[in-house]
Amino acid sequence: MAGKEYRTITDVKGPLVFLEKTEPVAFGEIVTLKLSNGTIKNGQVLDTSDDLVVVQVFEGTAKVDRNTGVTFMGDVFKLPVSTDLVGRILDGAGRPRDGGPEIVAEEKADIIGEAINPFSRKSPHDFIQTGISAIDCCTTLVRGQKLPIFSASGLPHNDIALQIARQAKLKDSDEEFIVVFCAMGITAEEYNYFRSDLERTGALENAVLFVNLADDPAVERIITPRLALTAAEYLAFEKDYHVLVIYTDMTNYCDALRQIGAAREEVPGRRGYPGYMYTDLAMLYERAGIIKGKKGSITQFPILTMPGDDITHPIPDLSGYITEGQIVISRELYQQGIYPPINVLPSLSRLMGSCIGAKTTREDHKSVSDQMYAAYAQGRELRGLVAIVGEDALNERDKQLLDFSGVFEDKFLRQGQDEDRSIDDTLDLCWDLMSSISTKYLVRLDQKWIEKYHPDNRA
Amino acid sequence: MANEGKIYRISGPVVTAIGMEASMYDVVRVGDEGLMGEVIELHGEKAVIQVYEDTSGIRPGEPVINTKETLSVALGPGLLTQIYDGIQRPLPTLEAEMGYFIKRGLDADAFDMEKKWTFNPVASAGDAVQGGQVIGEVQETETIVHKIMIPPGVSGTIKSIESGDFNVTENIAVLEDGTEIQMLQKWPVRTPRPYTQKYAPDTPLITGMRILDFLFPLAKGGAAGIPGPFGSGKTVTQQSLAKFSDAQIVVYIGCGERGNEMTEVLDEFPHLIDPNTGKPLMNRTVMIANTSNMPVAAREASVYTGITIAEYFRDMGYDVALMADSTSRWAEAMREISSRLEEMPGEEGYPAYLSSRIAEFYERAGRVNSLGGDDGSVTVIGAVSPPGGDISEPVSQGTLRIVKVFWGLDAGLARQRHFPAINWLNSYSLYPPSLNQWYRDNIAQDFPEIRTEISTLLQIESELQEIVQLVGSDALPVDQQLTLEVARMIREYFLQQNGFHDVDASCEINLVYKMAKAILTFQTAAKAAMAAGAQLEDITGVPSRSTLMRGKFEASYVDDIEEMVATMVKEIEATVEDN
Ligand SMILES: Nc1ncnc2c1ncn2[C@@H]1O[C@H](COP(=O)(O)OP(=O)(O)OP(=O)(O)O)[C@@H](O)[C@H]1O
Ligand SMILES: [Mg+2]
Repeated sequence: MAGKEYRTITDVKGPLVFLEKTEPVAFGEIVTLKLSNGTIKNGQVLDTSDDLVVVQVFEGTAKVDRNTGVTFMGDVFKLPVSTDLVGRILDGAGRPRDGGPEIVAEEKADIIGEAINPFSRKSPHDFIQTGISAIDCCTTLVRGQKLPIFSASGLPHNDIALQIARQAKLKDSDEEFIVVFCAMGITAEEYNYFRSDLERTGALENAVLFVNLADDPAVERIITPRLALTAAEYLAFEKDYHVLVIYTDMTNYCDALRQIGAAREEVPGRRGYPGYMYTDLAMLYERAGIIKGKKGSITQFPILTMPGDDITHPIPDLSGYITEGQIVISRELYQQGIYPPINVLPSLSRLMGSCIGAKTTREDHKSVSDQMYAAYAQGRELRGLVAIVGEDALNERDKQLLDFSGVFEDKFLRQGQDEDRSIDDTLDLCWDLMSSISTKYLVRLDQKWIEKYHPDNRA
Repeated sequence: MANEGKIYRISGPVVTAIGMEASMYDVVRVGDEGLMGEVIELHGEKAVIQVYEDTSGIRPGEPVINTKETLSVALGPGLLTQIYDGIQRPLPTLEAEMGYFIKRGLDADAFDMEKKWTFNPVASAGDAVQGGQVIGEVQETETIVHKIMIPPGVSGTIKSIESGDFNVTENIAVLEDGTEIQMLQKWPVRTPRPYTQKYAPDTPLITGMRILDFLFPLAKGGAAGIPGPFGSGKTVTQQSLAKFSDAQIVVYIGCGERGNEMTEVLDEFPHLIDPNTGKPLMNRTVMIANTSNMPVAAREASVYTGITIAEYFRDMGYDVALMADSTSRWAEAMREISSRLEEMPGEEGYPAYLSSRIAEFYERAGRVNSLGGDDGSVTVIGAVSPPGGDISEPVSQGTLRIVKVFWGLDAGLARQRHFPAINWLNSYSLYPPSLNQWYRDNIAQDFPEIRTEISTLLQIESELQEIVQLVGSDALPVDQQLTLEVARMIREYFLQQNGFHDVDASCEINLVYKMAKAILTFQTAAKAAMAAGAQLEDITGVPSRSTLMRGKFEASYVDDIEEMVATMVKEIEATVEDN
């Protein structure tokens, strides 16, 4: 196990420590550093050779000096896992933060995780009802999906994530989710908000929290989500739980990655983020899914704040290239006082097709969703035209669509933070709202559904 | 120096060995667990190795053994229907050996080495044979006959050849000089397989997607790039091509993309029917899945593994189509390895050799006369994932410099749910001049002219749209309003094609032509009616026009369309009298 202590540090740079003349050290090995004042820090080997070892220190290198003792622990980073994790709050490095005892390990799991064999995966297809109309109707969430929230600072993404955590359920089933929550660099206030909400609803007893806050070590954020996902994998694939992983804020995670890259003097990719950030993020996001023959599942709900509200920024961009869609929060809608301010137009659930329809949600779902989307998109576009040529220049069809776009935001998007709409209610609401448009313009609705569900025919 | 050395340094997927005799691209076994790697750089007595498996926990001082082989694929009966990782290990075998997660250090045969195949010779004792020549056949799947070829570089006179049931490592023939021939061959992945001659392409790869087959055709043996931002339809397009194109063999490479997308293909293909043979699609397919979270070095290798398999089937005389989703992830793997090597970076951190690697890869596409004398082709379709959707970046640019077809996916169209979201204004194909004769001979004499008319209408529309943005469409003269209406019909009826629709996901080429023709017929009839005093609204509102347009969702459309067009023309003529 732990080897001897070395005092051979040659260089310290940013979060990195360089040392020489060691025993053969494993790539990825865990390291403890003992400072002259007795403080213990932890790190991990990033580069190793006969002559030189590079260690990344999670707590930062403040006060590290040539007298710091470095011990190699003989193994890569592992998380002790057992069902005792459920109901616990741990810090960003996996130590108890709730005053409770150490986790008694049933096994120790490598936190890097192994890739699920694509041949062993099972395609997700179970509809999750979130009770939020915009999501259930237009960007339907599927159990086993990875669907991030693309938000920006000052927007209510946390409220939306919490509402989903509270309300998410399978239609006609009482199978419950347990929440694995992973905080990366968020403020204490935000964290308390999450915590007290989970406490209020009793979800905390069934949750595992990994918490790295804004004033906790930045480099530690590199491992926090890996710990959370390792716990999630254990609970899902060893213990049959359906796990909902919420992690926030991915932007802080990526910034920590950038910091390490800079300290290693790597050639940066776009906007200073490492060239391997796509692969790194994929190693997290791809840990969602379902495995054939296993009962549990991992659904991921990462939250990221887009710097400068810019969706082409590398963080949302690379995320979007990996996840199975995205839910985009709009500042404009938020400023109009609409909650949840979800802009359905750039939002997408790629797995939606596999989980909607007669057997799961309702036979008219696809048709309704397409029509709602199309009518809103056209209505929104007309707002731009109206600003130039005035409303009078619009023909009858365009006038109806323009009006509809307002109703869509006010009645369909807008709902209470505790308002839990069933999918049937959501779809009925869609029909009620769409009835303000003449059916001859509702070309995406199948005639047979109009006959069955249109308010004129329902009575 | 010996064949065995020791690890000197480990930095992620890059390991340096010391004290080992090595040449470039030697395959080595790294560490106590024997992880597979490949020598990619030599510095004095140090050899730099990219390792195809995760290196955590490996230590300096552990052994490195040089196998003295180059990274190769196994070729022979058993390839079809397989799903491999980037270095040709079958994923089902990995699952059987180590469970649902991919662990490291496992060797696996590319296919069943024991399975007996019935070998039917087509050559006889006494025949002089040379590399590439077909000497026998094996019915590999229901639809594909696997031709057994003399390996390139081998020649002589057949001393004996046997028919019967053999596994791939048993001798099926012996040459006079004693050379033994088996069905199994190996070929180094980074070396293109030789052929006699490359031809200029003259036949389109029919894809079933109207916008591609009609406006921007790809030739068999050609190469196409599909760049587009996330969520714009690269994967759906590639999968449609894998399902519906008229290639005889499909090699599908999931290179650094999602696990679930590969699962979807695996779930779907065995149940989908190949439109060309009526048998399950899986029979003609080889899949390579090295997803984004699998080792990057193996991702780098995956495109070479794929294209070598494609060339092998080409050499049998087949038309092969290869899809690589996404070549950007391959380029990023190169970038990651290169930065670990501390090479001097080129643009955006990519290695300076990026564009030559891209060019070399696409150069392996082509229609050839094989060494055995058969004509075959490899068509390559590469997805590109430019950061932020901006194609001024090195991978897109390197691709566009070499491919002759550009299918540009557009975030705006995807957001409008106009699918396939291929931008008709900036996409292009340079093949029409070489393919027009084929279209004239096989579909219709006026096919190229109809194509020109349709694309001209789309150009005019985009100019008119700029005016409409300023003044609204009602302010335009009626003839221009008609043009807009016709263009709308082209977009919504003709170009839009839902990749998931039971019927319309694929459209046969004759029907493509008839639909294009129907639009022009509408235009002609409408112009005539308007000249005789009919109102545009009455003309566009004739019920038979929407019947015609909705008809594409019915399986019987190809038989009904002409009658529907005739009815529409009559109704349009009638709008003159009503007026
Ligand atoms: N031809 C099509 N027909 C219908 N829907 C489509 C089509 N093309 C794309 N889509 C829709 O767009 C979504 C995204 O498409 P796709 O997964 O192919 O994008 P992509 O370009 O491969 O994205 P990424 O780069 O993130 O992998 C699909 O899930 C589907 O909903
Ligand atoms: Mg894709």
